Amino acid sequence: MQKITREDPSEGGFRQAMAWLHTWSGLILGWLLFFIFLTGTAGYFDTEIDRWMQPELPRAQPRADTAATAAVLLQRLRSEAPAAERWLLLLPVDRNQPYPGIAWRGAAAATGASAASGSARVDGSSGKTLAARDTGGGQALYRMHWRLHYLSRAQADVIVGVATLFMLVALITGVIIHKKIFKDFFTFRPGKGQRSWLDAHNVLGVAALPFHLMITYSGLVFMAFSYMPLILTAHYGAGGSAQQQFRAEVSDPPGLVEAAGEPAALVALGGLIAKAEDRWGQGRIRSIDIRHPQHSNARVIFHENIEKAAGNAGERLVFDGVDGTLLHTLAPATSAAQGFRGLLIGLHEGLFAPPLLRWLYFCSGLLGTGMIATGLVLWTAKRRRQAVRAAAATPAGLLLVEKLNVGTVVGLPLGIAAYFWANRLLAVDIAGRADWEIHIMFLTWLAMLIHAAVRPAQRAWGEQLLLAAFAFGALPLLNAITTERHLGHSLAAGDWVFAGFDLSVLAIGLVSGWAARRLWKRPRQAAYLPVAPAALDGTGS
Amino acid sequence: MGLSGWRLCSVALAALLAGYCLATAAGVFIGSLLPVPRGEAVLIGMLCSFVVYAGAVIWAFAVRRPAQVWLGLMIPACALAAAGAVLAGSPL
Repeated sequence: MQKITREDPSEGGFRQAMAWLHTWSGLILGWLLFFIFLTGTAGYFDTEIDRWMQPELPRAQPRADTAATAAVLLQRLRSEAPAAERWLLLLPVDRNQPYPGIAWRGAAAATGASAASGSARVDGSSGKTLAARDTGGGQALYRMHWRLHYLSRAQADVIVGVATLFMLVALITGVIIHKKIFKDFFTFRPGKGQRSWLDAHNVLGVAALPFHLMITYSGLVFMAFSYMPLILTAHYGAGGSAQQQFRAEVSDPPGLVEAAGEPAALVALGGLIAKAEDRWGQGRIRSIDIRHPQHSNARVIFHENIEKAAGNAGERLVFDGVDGTLLHTLAPATSAAQGFRGLLIGLHEGLFAPPLLRWLYFCSGLLGTGMIATGLVLWTAKRRRQAVRAAAATPAGLLLVEKLNVGTVVGLPLGIAAYFWANRLLAVDIAGRADWEIHIMFLTWLAMLIHAAVRPAQRAWGEQLLLAAFAFGALPLLNAITTERHLGHSLAAGDWVFAGFDLSVLAIGLVSGWAARRLWKRPRQAAYLPVAPAALDGTGS
Repeated sequence: MGLSGWRLCSVALAALLAGYCLATAAGVFIGSLLPVPRGEAVLIGMLCSFVVYAGAVIWAFAVRRPAQVWLGLMIPACALAAAGAVLAGSPL
């Protein structure tokens, strides 16, 4: 805090208070935010990770003939859930939905259904379920960033909500305490211990500041109905019926009828598909939602694909499910507020992003993750320097933070690597396989925290980085041994999902190895990572 | 920094709890002021509430006096909640 007292005294009080808030809220929630940012960043490649983790699946074949695929899916639904209240046909449009799928709700075993509700990933030409190993895939990583794991939805909502709010507070206070925001953007003084960590923290924070603000605010808006339920209650009243009323007014398409009516034949989908594709273009139907199929009040709702723009949730067409007349054409958003909310959520999820933009999303997420990590290390670098200066015993709090930093900043990525290893090494037929993959991820993280606790900080950084270099760098090799789809094969076949995954983890491994090597070469007596000996006598005085 | 022990706890609790009350109340109030259908009023209120919440936390830690923070957040929260509930014709 001494640094700030040197500033203009008239605003020093406020800025000092903000620096204090930034430091302590960042420290207390830093590890949780690191977890949220890292798993969320991995989530930008969720379906790609899904596919790497289920190598048995064929390559995706998007934009197959829509009418033929829909007919196959419908046939499967007729046999799987003959008298369901709702059928959903998912068409393979792009990376968001690489395989065709079906889902149903409100069926009964008495009428010959296999389950009351269910879903399946289906081969678009045979209609058979595409079977693959049981795994959480990339979806499990993505889900953790807002649902955490091992916690109830209500617990996770409170914890993630508070963390996200303080992320927003940390960003705002970070800007406030950062007077020379543009000058510092071009400042990086490497090899100077605390100074370097501060510069790195600033550069990472400022470079992607619009992304950080967007992702944090939209994260709150995303969960607004859970976080701010009383705003809805104030306008609609309490209870489930009020919620339903709100949904009916804001998001449900018009023209739906509560009662199913009399049995009646379902309209042939072919004609409706032709109408929708005339309007939207070939292969741009994302899903077909059938309410009360095979009844007189049947409705068929077509959803347009969402790849055109961030705020564009796609149009919807509502058809009568018996005679096939077009009842309603719905714009993506019906009001300015809905449009703005849709834009924020679209930006947050990035489902619209084509490959280049998707990589930009991923890199921005990594910048945010790095900003949090450097902030945590900066906290220790500063206090370690003070402790060394005062030649006093290391405070217990500093030791704790140092150990948690190693065990999380390197330990959590190592846990994720272990998750991928488990995916390839666990026997395919063990019970609860998907759960065990995730248990192994958290057990590995725990092991790294224990390792960090018993080793001196600098050695722990070096050892864990070396392990990470191996764990990530050897994944392509593991993939080559355990599947047919090794890097040579995927590159030759132009399979960029597999090649992209293998090359990415290889790059992560190489960067970890480079970092480990740098630490290893440090003189032993420095005994501590973030403060190079030069920084001890060079800066600050 | 003159902020530790129970005073720190009090300011932090005020920022979290009273800040939440103010954010919700402001969300209800802002939505109810606007001449829009109630569904839209809910969405607008929610969009605004998080900005108010973050502002309340920052203000609480800038003031740093527990009594002032609690009163400064809760009095406007109550006023806005009451006004918002009346304007919205709340069924509660």
